[in-house]
Amino acid sequence: MIGFFDQIFVLLQHWIVSFLPAAWQSAAGVLLAVVAIICLFPALFALTTVFERKGIARIQNRLGPNRVGPYGLLQPIADGIKSLTKEDIVPMSADAAVHFLAPVVMVVAVFMGFAVLPMGRNMVLVDMDAGLLFYFAIGASAELAVFMAGWSSRNKYSLLGAMRAVAQMISYEVPLLLSGVTVVMITGSLSLTKIVAAQNHYSYGLPHWYIFTPWGCAGFLMYAIAATAESNRSPFDLPEGESELVAGYHTEYSGFKFALFFLGEYLAMFSISGLGTTLFLGGWSAPFSFLNWVPSWIWFFSKLMLSIFVFIWLRGTLPRLRQDQLMNFAWKFVLPMCLLNLFVAAAWRFMGDGWLRWVVCSAVLIAAYVTLGWSEMHRGKIGPRSYRYAE
Amino acid sequence: MSIVFYVLTTITVMGALAAMLLKNTVHCALALSVVFAGLAFLFMSLDAQYAGWAQVLVYIGAVAILVVFAILLTKGSETPKDGVFSRTWFVGLVIAAGVFAVLGWAVMGSMKALPQLTAVPQVTNLDIGNALVGRYVLPLEIVAVLLTAAMIGAVIVAIHEKEGQK
Amino acid sequence: MTSLAYYLLVAALLFSIGLAGALVRRNAILVLIGIELMLNAANLNLIAFWRYGPHPERLTGMIFAIFSIAVAAAEAAVGLGLVIQIHRHAKTTDLDAMNRMKG
Repeated sequence: MIGFFDQIFVLLQHWIVSFLPAAWQSAAGVLLAVVAIICLFPALFALTTVFERKGIARIQNRLGPNRVGPYGLLQPIADGIKSLTKEDIVPMSADAAVHFLAPVVMVVAVFMGFAVLPMGRNMVLVDMDAGLLFYFAIGASAELAVFMAGWSSRNKYSLLGAMRAVAQMISYEVPLLLSGVTVVMITGSLSLTKIVAAQNHYSYGLPHWYIFTPWGCAGFLMYAIAATAESNRSPFDLPEGESELVAGYHTEYSGFKFALFFLGEYLAMFSISGLGTTLFLGGWSAPFSFLNWVPSWIWFFSKLMLSIFVFIWLRGTLPRLRQDQLMNFAWKFVLPMCLLNLFVAAAWRFMGDGWLRWVVCSAVLIAAYVTLGWSEMHRGKIGPRSYRYAE
Repeated sequence: MSIVFYVLTTITVMGALAAMLLKNTVHCALALSVVFAGLAFLFMSLDAQYAGWAQVLVYIGAVAILVVFAILLTKGSETPKDGVFSRTWFVGLVIAAGVFAVLGWAVMGSMKALPQLTAVPQVTNLDIGNALVGRYVLPLEIVAVLLTAAMIGAVIVAIHEKEGQK
Repeated sequence: MTSLAYYLLVAALLFSIGLAGALVRRNAILVLIGIELMLNAANLNLIAFWRYGPHPERLTGMIFAIFSIAVAAAEAAVGLGLVIQIHRHAKTTDLDAMNRMKG
């Protein structure tokens, strides 16, 4: 009974596919799973837009959308109708082909990332041996779409926003990869299903998720910071800051193309949160062993929505970082911490079981955090205001 | 050869031609990204998945963006007034055609001697990892030093000199 | 024609297109793009031989290609840094105009 609800989608897929001749069955099964992903995640995106606007509004002591439907929950439908019926304006001097292709490349790259996330027991679209490498490779290609959008608009603000966004995404890609590499090192496999399986053990009822180890906790924090910067979310949203750059690289997009960029950004947020839960939070495994009767996909999506809630919370709370503060942070704090985390994880692995490795690893990480943070926070006094003019 | 091979080859060769023939430099860089993607899928069709995804990650994710940034920083997106092809373009074309002729002749001439093993080499990621830190550890360390030197060197070469030191 | 021959011909074609571009174009960055095309064609050759060749060493071709990718990335970085600095000095990237050693 418990297994039935856990595997309900897999059984549904097998049942639907059994109506077809045997030669088509595997392809049809994959096609069905792809259609499910394409329908589910945009629906989740629609729900998230309304939660984000309500959440940020409440943090800012106002109400948020509350006219369309009960408590404003039908707002995404209104937004969708608006974006579909708006006039699609392409600037006359814009590069038409590249301008058209940029949102397409972005959305395709982001959707491909969902193919390797294990959303439940036996619920991966493609069980790749090098799943993590695939995910990071696809994520890197999404940056090209951002640049294409900014450059093809022939607009100074778009180009500036695009270059800032690409510089930010490249800078934070290295910490993102390094925190993932730490997990791979401990697990011994690049396959995401094996990483989840390695965390699916319990001792005394508590799970063996990587976040509950010193190196996993530090790694998860670095991953979260890098993920926030990769998706251009506040406090790293200078490239699309409304007060500085109109709308950054998607200034000249209107109507459905803007909706595609919006969709692409939120889906990137979902997939990077999904990867974070897979790597550090145990994927689809339950927090306590006595909760195993709850279906695995409910756990995965709950952890995903929890990460999204934290993203929304950060957006409403923290002020925006300036571009140079952002880059300094990436290269001088997050990257050294990630490298140190790699060593600490190796020390953890070779020290064997016991309380000593907890103490040593935690001490090293906390000392490094304090040292690096101290040198960052107290760098130089703030002198009299100086001006630098553009060349 | 399968239809996948022909489609991928067509995309790759069209992209390469576009990268070398288009007037707008940024279009050339984007066509180069298409070539990289086509080559990555060709690697995967040759059962080298690790090399394929490494190609996407390194070339499309880093080298293409680097090329595009360099084009923007050197104002390459403005069309030059003297034309985009050099004065001696014909000689270059003849040389390239000659190279292709020689390579093609070598391939066709050695057709009988070419190996044709259809067994896919069974290589897992674990094997690659073990090889990199086992048998190939010296090249790995040298490439690490090379990458560090290249990074520091590129920064030093391209850095803005301060006004007082000019 | 064996399938290895097909891949080798595609690699030769890509190599000559890259060579033609490097010799014919004026902009220094496009020459670097041509060089990247040539390196990629060589990688395709390596992987094709790894797949279809005999395997006394199971991994050599793939590892060689991976190292080649890494080294090509480093070379692209340094080359583009040089082009940027030359542009700052000579205010142009036109290779036909840079035909003197004197600065």
